[in-house]
Amino acid sequence: MQQNTSIKITSKKLNIQECYDFVQDVSCGGISLFVGTVRNQTQDKEVTLLDFSTYQSMAIKEMQKIADRALTDFHILKIAIHHAKGKLQIGDIPVVIAVSSPHRKAAFAACQFAIDTLKETVPIWKKEHFADGEVWVNTHP
Amino acid sequence: MKITLLFFGILKDIIGDTSKELQVTESITVDGLKTHLLQKYKELTNFSNFSIAVNEEYVKANDILKTNDVVALIPPVSGG
Repeated sequence: MQQNTSIKITSKKLNIQECYDFVQDVSCGGISLFVGTVRNQTQDKEVTLLDFSTYQSMAIKEMQKIADRALTDFHILKIAIHHAKGKLQIGDIPVVIAVSSPHRKAAFAACQFAIDTLKETVPIWKKEHFADGEVWVNTHP
Repeated sequence: MKITLLFFGILKDIIGDTSKELQVTESITVDGLKTHLLQKYKELTNFSNFSIAVNEEYVKANDILKTNDVVALIPPVSGG
């Protein structure tokens, strides 16, 4: 299963093309991409930046588990799950998930499964910075 | 027996440290440890909503700890 999954946590800028190229295959008719982006406000308050911290060794393991489960539970060929750490500006990309499948239904479903599960289980935290202070995000909407 | 605690997210800010070594009773359970921590670190009182991972795996309340286990306190995650 290992060669059909790409798991990464990096303080460098994420590369959507890299994820796409990893999952792309001539046997696949569809590639689903989820790109998370830093938005400029939360609950009507203006966000200046997000700071992502991780329990990196465990986060990699949990992301690998999600990828392995996606391969087992959905008819997909490959999956990439990449997450950024450190300070991100508005518009930056904290997470990219790419999934390839012979058919689009499984690609969509597996991609949604992966991001939904990541937000529940992977030990990564974001701290929102505002003009007047910073707050650890407490929920996973 | 000796264990190592790791603190993340808001807990790191509250405790003021990323890790501590702790002496605990032999064969203490995960739940027993949580109770012990909430008594020992009063700062955790309003932040008791954390999960526990031992040696990089989520655990159950009645799992038993071993000497030199690395116990991470995991506040609500917010990745993605």
